[in-house]
Amino acid sequence: MSENLNEYRVRMSGIKKSFAGVKALKGVDFSLRPGEIHALVGENGAGKSTLMKVLSGAYDCDGGEIYIDGVVAKIGTPRRGKELGVGIVYQDFELAEDMTVAENIFMDNLGSRGIVRWGRLFASARRMVENLGFEMDVRAPVRDVSVAYKQIVEIAKALSTNARILILDEPTAVLTPRETDKLFGTMRVLKESGVSIVYISHRMDEVFSVADSITTMRDGEVTGGGLISDFGVDRVVELMIGRKLDTMYPPRGAEIGGEALRVENLSGDVFKNVTFALHKGEILGLFGLVGSGRSEIARAIFGEDRPAGGKIYVGGREARIGSPYQGRRHGIALIPEDRKEQGLVLEMPIRQNMTMTDMKKICGPLGVISVSREKQTADVLVKRLSVKTDDAGNRADSLSGGNQQKVVFAKWLNTDSEIMIMDEPTRGVDVGAKVEIYSIMNALAARGVAILMISSELNEIIGMCDRTLVIDNGEIKGELSRGEISEAGAMRLVVGGV
Amino acid sequence: MSGTQTARGILRKYLPVVVLVILVAVSSALSKNFMTAQNIFNLLRQNSANVIVSLGMLLVILTGGIDLSVGSVAAFSSVLFATLLDERAGNQMYLPLAFAAVAALSAAFGAAAGYLVAYRKMAPFVVTLASMTAARGVAYMISHAKTIPIANTFVNTFNKGSLMAVPYPVILAFAVFVLFALVLSYTCYGRFVQAIGSNETAVRLSGIRTSLYVMSVYVMSALASTLGGIIESRTGVGDARVCQGMELDAIAACVIGGASLSGGRGTALNTLTGVLILGLIGNIMALMKVAPYPQQVIKGIIIIVAVLLQGRGGKKQ
Repeated sequence: MSENLNEYRVRMSGIKKSFAGVKALKGVDFSLRPGEIHALVGENGAGKSTLMKVLSGAYDCDGGEIYIDGVVAKIGTPRRGKELGVGIVYQDFELAEDMTVAENIFMDNLGSRGIVRWGRLFASARRMVENLGFEMDVRAPVRDVSVAYKQIVEIAKALSTNARILILDEPTAVLTPRETDKLFGTMRVLKESGVSIVYISHRMDEVFSVADSITTMRDGEVTGGGLISDFGVDRVVELMIGRKLDTMYPPRGAEIGGEALRVENLSGDVFKNVTFALHKGEILGLFGLVGSGRSEIARAIFGEDRPAGGKIYVGGREARIGSPYQGRRHGIALIPEDRKEQGLVLEMPIRQNMTMTDMKKICGPLGVISVSREKQTADVLVKRLSVKTDDAGNRADSLSGGNQQKVVFAKWLNTDSEIMIMDEPTRGVDVGAKVEIYSIMNALAARGVAILMISSELNEIIGMCDRTLVIDNGEIKGELSRGEISEAGAMRLVVGGV
Repeated sequence: MSGTQTARGILRKYLPVVVLVILVAVSSALSKNFMTAQNIFNLLRQNSANVIVSLGMLLVILTGGIDLSVGSVAAFSSVLFATLLDERAGNQMYLPLAFAAVAALSAAFGAAAGYLVAYRKMAPFVVTLASMTAARGVAYMISHAKTIPIANTFVNTFNKGSLMAVPYPVILAFAVFVLFALVLSYTCYGRFVQAIGSNETAVRLSGIRTSLYVMSVYVMSALASTLGGIIESRTGVGDARVCQGMELDAIAACVIGGASLSGGRGTALNTLTGVLILGLIGNIMALMKVAPYPQQVIKGIIIIVAVLLQGRGGKKQ
């Protein structure tokens, strides 16, 4: 057994972590060998990032043990994590945008005795970047550097503190295929030099091309793992979602009616010439990865961003939508991608969040709120969506992720919107709540609501959508009907080829 | 949610009121002259303008903004109002009309600042710093740096008189307080103003015209300043020098009352309490014959202590 311990760089056993009573990790075991690339896969909310934050010290775990090189390690703070050689690169970078690349790389160690020696700093930064197989101006402010290069800056920054364990959280989500290839090259170089890499992703093709071993997670538990050569894509997907694809999605029987929304040649900062039509009772998928421009398209239709060009038709008539207010008036609803930042006022009661979208319903003359009518409206919505709370007067942040999302849905059910745009409607929601949300969506479609669902989870797209638009780099690359997309071949193509 | 937590929550909610009660008790013990009807009404009269202006400030602070121009707008209103009624200048405008004209101009001033904040996304601090300077300048230009007697018996009676020993301005301030408290708790307007301060993005994405609301609070604040400026002139003159530093008292009152400068948190009751705490400290020190400069130092310390007390509570949320 002790021999076994030594062959691992990291061994985590029985790791537990809860947030406000919600168990994010329920006793997780995870091990990492020296000089391997280990893929950590799972759906959003499965606990991958939480587990890695425990390893890096960003979170302290509630239970379990961590061994680094066979020795028990108490991490608990990011500083201690760094000392133990754990470096982490988050999905949303943590760089000082106005400082130079070099300063960012050596943020923790800018000079000796408080004096910065610029020449030396720039030289070592350049060497660092070159060793990773890249070239860039280390004197440039990070703000001026492309996303791919920011990633490299982050990696260099982690390595500058002699990280031997490097955690990359969805590093390719924002990269082009070429940049991705380059990053993989860098990862292999690092692996050869003995660095162990944890690679969080849900892009199967990448996982299978770069990783040596794999661990799958679901709902805060590890569902499987081992050498990558022992696995196939279908098996991994099954381990990720915990059931066969077809039992997750309730059956649909909505009749597709006339055109509800049409978008012609819509262009913006990060998307161009987007054209599609959405019909009553239809669920149209917009499949693309983070950074592909999909959220921006949604925001432009809803009026949050001003498009550079193109036309939007609602119910066959051209609509000029300059603000979310006008979007709402045109019967459009947006379930935004980030419910905490964009969907809810967390400090406000559940009830007030629900009624916010249509205060006319509960207001008398002079805008005086009728408390009883508000209560009644909210109670109906709570029941209709089975939001789990004993009192709708509680603050919205007292709810779990899934129930918070139901409140966001409730906001818009309250308005009787005819067109609903849902940006990652099930992100960070447990499997049970997911199925509930799918049922809500189906019920809406059955009532003739037109739904545009943005998702980066292919399973969801396959299970829910009548048609799917595949978007990459701000352009629609193709349209797949329900039948086409469920074929295994098409699935691999979309997961890998985008 | 255990019982003790709820009790603590209630204490935190009404902490400023508790502090005020303690201060009143301490003051009564310190000075015989404190608990006299004359002193109390005097204290309230002196702070009526502050109450009204601070409530306007509260609206701005609830949205996460700040309005540094309140004192200047009050001064501007004071001299403009006096000028419009000035018979020496041959104006002698009909009183309601003069009041409406001052209010309209002041609202326009607030609207301009609000527009820059809400629609041009300029920092409230910068915008109102500029409007603070400008409004004071206009006040001096109108008055040529002289005091202008207010030639209207109604206004003077109102500012100096009282109803059953309660000065009229105190009654007015109380009425404004009740109005603000009701608006904040029971109207859409109040709800949106508070919600915007907590999470403007979420409110905007609910299809609410948040910019309009943000702009409106600067108008409300300007209107409150106008009212404050007019009732501040106890001596019956319009004066461009009045209400210097009033913005700081108003901000301090909101903060002592537990309002968060990042928005979303704060109530009318606690803001009223904040004004009274500040006023009371000044009053008791005057009664105790503390010299003016040490008074300022003590005031500063008390502000810090009041906020520290709340900071503790606030973090636990």
